[in-house]
Amino acid sequence: MKKFVFAAAIISIFAACLGVCAYAKGPDVIRIGVNAPLTGDIPKVGEGTKYAAQMWLKEVNAAGGIEVGGRKYKVELVIEDNEAKAESAVKATTKLITEEDVLAIVGPQASKQAIPAGGIANELGTPMISPWSTNPDTTKDRPFVFRGCFLDPFQGPVVANFVKSEFGFTKAAVLYDVASDYPKGLAEFFKKAWEGLNGAGSVVAYESFTTKDADFSSQLTKIINSGAQFLFTPQYYNEVALIVQQVRQLGWKKPIVGSDSWGSAETVKLCGKDCYGSFFSTHYAAAGAKGATREFIDRYQKAYGYVPDDVAALTWDSVRIVKQAVQNCGKLTGDMKTDRKCVRDAMAKIREFDGITGKMTFTEEGDPIKCAVIVRISDKGEFEFYKSVCP
Amino acid sequence: MVFFQNLINALQWGSFYALIALGYSMVYSILMLFNFAHGDIFMVGAYIGFGVATALVALTAMGNFALPGWLVLALTILISMFLTSFVGMFVERVGYRPLRDAPRASAAITGLMIGIILETGNLILLGAQRISFPSLIETSTYQLGGVVVTNKKIMIVLVSIALSFALHQFIRRTRWGMAMRAMAFDYAVVPLMGVPLNRIAALTFAIGSGLAAVAGILFGVAYPVLDPYMGILVGWKAFVAAILGGRGSVVGATLAGFLLGFIEMFVPMVFPSTFRDLIAYSIILLILVFRPHGFFGEPYSARLRL
Repeated sequence: MKKFVFAAAIISIFAACLGVCAYAKGPDVIRIGVNAPLTGDIPKVGEGTKYAAQMWLKEVNAAGGIEVGGRKYKVELVIEDNEAKAESAVKATTKLITEEDVLAIVGPQASKQAIPAGGIANELGTPMISPWSTNPDTTKDRPFVFRGCFLDPFQGPVVANFVKSEFGFTKAAVLYDVASDYPKGLAEFFKKAWEGLNGAGSVVAYESFTTKDADFSSQLTKIINSGAQFLFTPQYYNEVALIVQQVRQLGWKKPIVGSDSWGSAETVKLCGKDCYGSFFSTHYAAAGAKGATREFIDRYQKAYGYVPDDVAALTWDSVRIVKQAVQNCGKLTGDMKTDRKCVRDAMAKIREFDGITGKMTFTEEGDPIKCAVIVRISDKGEFEFYKSVCP
Repeated sequence: MVFFQNLINALQWGSFYALIALGYSMVYSILMLFNFAHGDIFMVGAYIGFGVATALVALTAMGNFALPGWLVLALTILISMFLTSFVGMFVERVGYRPLRDAPRASAAITGLMIGIILETGNLILLGAQRISFPSLIETSTYQLGGVVVTNKKIMIVLVSIALSFALHQFIRRTRWGMAMRAMAFDYAVVPLMGVPLNRIAALTFAIGSGLAAVAGILFGVAYPVLDPYMGILVGWKAFVAAILGGRGSVVGATLAGFLLGFIEMFVPMVFPSTFRDLIAYSIILLILVFRPHGFFGEPYSARLRL
């Protein structure tokens, strides 16, 4: 009897799942996948992605959907969590493509997830656009993969040139996570650019740690004693708070410079006063924005109660690029394979796009050429526009 | 100077390993099982500490009485120790007591599962957002001839050494401590002589979890970014310290915790930091090859039933 009850329970769980999971897909519906880190190391990034995508969805469906070839299609978002892990991002992408029948995918955001996920999307012939991944490998030799932001080979020199012209320093220290694609790649590009400016050996400390570490004091002690004039640390917001606080507690008073991963709404909340006065390169600066960018910021802030970070802004641009591509495709047949190819070709043909994070021109690789912004964290903890650097 | 700076940093870092290792070591010596959920109890302790601290800060802000920061911290530690020890006893009651006569491997797996339940439960309860531990005491920095020390670092090291010492005295001098030592000697026979196994087991878990809670709060003071998975890596490494210290030895677990901290801090001083864990844990492997029972452990291999 007991066994029977147990078996019945399991069967009913499956049945309940089938009922919910296999809901019928309506006609005239376009499904867009979103692959975001809702949990894991960088949940704020996932939240920004989700909110920006949902805001866009509301706007599109309020206008009756996307018009393709004279027919209006309603839009559905399928949001999958990748837990900020490479293997989960691959799983989420596979699920979106093979089970959820999405036409195109937005995300993953961080390069650690976007590089492997991009490989799968490319293999399965589904257009994917990563709003935030700056590592070149994400789109390299992958015709189906695009991105909405500038690249690290551009960002590295931007930071190096900025520090050189702003402070005139000659000795740099770098601290980065060796187990994550984005910090590792960017640290390398920065090192190359800095040594190009100041000669070999000008990066006097090149220290690393691995994801999940909380204590950096041995690396930081080494950096402090290396004679470096500033510290460059291209880390995500949770690590930024720990690194900056610890280096300040060890008595270091020199400047700290970061990269676009600092641009989260959480950075200052976690880091506090220790981060004030630091600089980082990023995609857009919320303070002092005008036009369409201002409009987006106001709407987002009204809906979700805080100023959107760069991830949200880039996601907004990326979903609009997807919409543009779907419209340009001209005709949807209902056959997933043909439609995906059609959207991919249309996306590759977009040469110029006027986004809220700046004007973009796309290269053959699917990478935009756009300006970077240097932001200073003000004494009130706000991200202050400092300088704009264009290619 | 660099040497002394690293020494100070290592003392702080080792304090966490020492406090957490004590919990592993005690449970292992009495019940012959590795409580793999212990790292996550550390995490729960940090979160409980966060809740208590936030509540106390809010009460101070509302009421007319003004508690100084250090008193809030002391109260936070005491209340969280108390609350977290119930979490530990609950884990023992639900996860381990039903499996007391089961093969040890089953109990070890239970520990891993309880750990996952605690992590994901917290994830559902509080969301994936990082939590910033309130800064209860102002950081003051002292410069001693090129070596930088903060008041927090001194406090963390002193508290952990004091607690290890207190535990050592408790086990050496009280009747409960004697019962625990007897149980560690043979947990099949001692209950026949009227020592209640279940109560001793619960007590062991309570003490271990209380210490983990202290570690969690001190961790929050030093590294004020909490996340549900913060206990995994620290827990594993503290487990290494417990084994290195020797089965059931309070002194051993404490010293091994600090040793682990030293190795992790001093390896990057000489080698590139990329190889830190690789070299650090190779050294520990070497130590274990020559001292398989750890520093203070006795050869009990016949009883090891895992």
